[in-house]
Amino acid sequence: MPNGLDLAWPNEGVTRVPYQLYTRDDVYAEERTRLFMGATWNYLCLEAEIPKPHDWRTTFVGDVPVVVARDGDGIITAFENRCAHRGALICHKQAGNAARLSCVYHGWTYDLKGNLAAVTFQRGINGKGGMPADFKLADHKRRGLRIATHAGLVFGTFSGATPPLGDFLGPEITARLTRVLPPVKTIEILGYSSQILPSNWKLYAENVKDPYHASLLHLFFTTFRLNRLSAEGGIIIDDAGANHVSYSKAATDRGSADYDKADLRVKSDRFRLNDPSIIQGRDEFGDGITLQILALFPCFISQQIQNSLCVRQLVPRGRTETELLWTYYGFADDDAELRELRLKQANLVGPGGYISMEDGAVGGFVQRGIAGADRDSEIVEMGGREWRSQETRATESPLRGFWNTYREHMQL
Amino acid sequence: MDEIATHFAVERLLARYVACIDDDRLEEWPAFFAERCRYQIISSENYSRNLPIGVFVATSQGMLKDRVAALREANIYEAQRYRHLVSSILILENHKGTVRAQSNYHVVRIMQDGATALFSTGRYLDRINFNGAIPVFEEKIVVCDSRRIDTLLAIPL
Repeated sequence: MPNGLDLAWPNEGVTRVPYQLYTRDDVYAEERTRLFMGATWNYLCLEAEIPKPHDWRTTFVGDVPVVVARDGDGIITAFENRCAHRGALICHKQAGNAARLSCVYHGWTYDLKGNLAAVTFQRGINGKGGMPADFKLADHKRRGLRIATHAGLVFGTFSGATPPLGDFLGPEITARLTRVLPPVKTIEILGYSSQILPSNWKLYAENVKDPYHASLLHLFFTTFRLNRLSAEGGIIIDDAGANHVSYSKAATDRGSADYDKADLRVKSDRFRLNDPSIIQGRDEFGDGITLQILALFPCFISQQIQNSLCVRQLVPRGRTETELLWTYYGFADDDAELRELRLKQANLVGPGGYISMEDGAVGGFVQRGIAGADRDSEIVEMGGREWRSQETRATESPLRGFWNTYREHMQL
Repeated sequence: MDEIATHFAVERLLARYVACIDDDRLEEWPAFFAERCRYQIISSENYSRNLPIGVFVATSQGMLKDRVAALREANIYEAQRYRHLVSSILILENHKGTVRAQSNYHVVRIMQDGATALFSTGRYLDRINFNGAIPVFEEKIVVCDSRRIDTLLAIPL
């Protein structure tokens, strides 16, 4: 079905991205229908967050409120967090454990599959009032999501047309995701953060897909040679461009004349850490990879920076505001030293992180910058005009992949 | 120190501490801490659930100096400053010159364009050593009431 948007994509294709996509209410509404409630897999939570039967927590698909739960049989379920009666949130708390969930407004009650189990005073009081005799509880089951899990991550989709999660991830992305969430390990949550980004959600999604900016905007990395584009690394992108991994090995950085020519604001020899313990990591996965950023279309990011492990979820909060939820994790068998590394290296990431704080602001700089730019587009040509895996990170290839997938879903 | 003197000494230390940050004398900020110290900014949610990771942690004065150096030399953020209000100081323990104290803080952030907004509220949970030439924080846990951080947290609380 064609979308109703009056918006023509530039003839250049994915190397040009119209700024209107970040500013228009009708685009935001269409994204809800076509992307978030369409044929996409959306991250809901970690299995470790609902370990026991009857555990539930609230989450979002796009900005649509969702309850994700483990029912009495241990099966993970998810459904709209919206009462059939008057639309109130069924669960207004973050998490809990219960076999049934009741809306606080009038007490309508649901089981953990989203079935409407009881309506308060359905038969009235003392034979007076109550629902009509033909009112059927079974007609009001909450719209459910199909669930799929991988490596302790719970994904949901509202659409019957979404291909199986394994097909969506593909073998290479699956392997990289499993790398930082090994099935033999037990995940332990180490903390949460939330960052309110003053920009459209896609400006952060783009930022994550943009290996080009990493060592230019984030100079903490550059300064300490943690991640310069001259370090060995690369990009893996799936065929559709929906998902990608960017990785690097800090130990392989031998410098580059191109780097020294570039006008970087800080040169490496100017500035030394008083306490370098923060950047002394351990090769816990045994492959020398010190940085792996993996993004799944549309709103999921997995991050390994040294020994800091995290999953991030983007929640749109309107056209120009986005909540970025950080969930830091480790493993139950971490020794004390490794756990200490995770704690200290969490300083690198999150809302106040040495190499991530800029990302909170830079999307806002774009959002502010594009006022009045309705006829203009971004340029996305670094590294070519296609999206494919590359052995360099001086590229915007993953962005073009993102926009290809976006266009397919949005029919743009 | 008697109760009133202790209370006054803690209040004076906190006043100097927030003035240092609000006046953008960040280079002086690490000296408010002992060489081996613990400074952490963490949400109330994580703190109360014993989840160890917050927004920032330092386990030495050196890490605090590194934070300041990074803010000055490496990190990019829009010019901004804070105004701290600290109140409701409680002395929880006073043992041989080491004082545990709690206070409330309220931080307003002022951006370069003048936009002024409530940025963070919460508690300071402090362990202060008064035995040296100047009092120093051995531990300062900044427990933020909210887990949400608007845009980014660069300057310390």
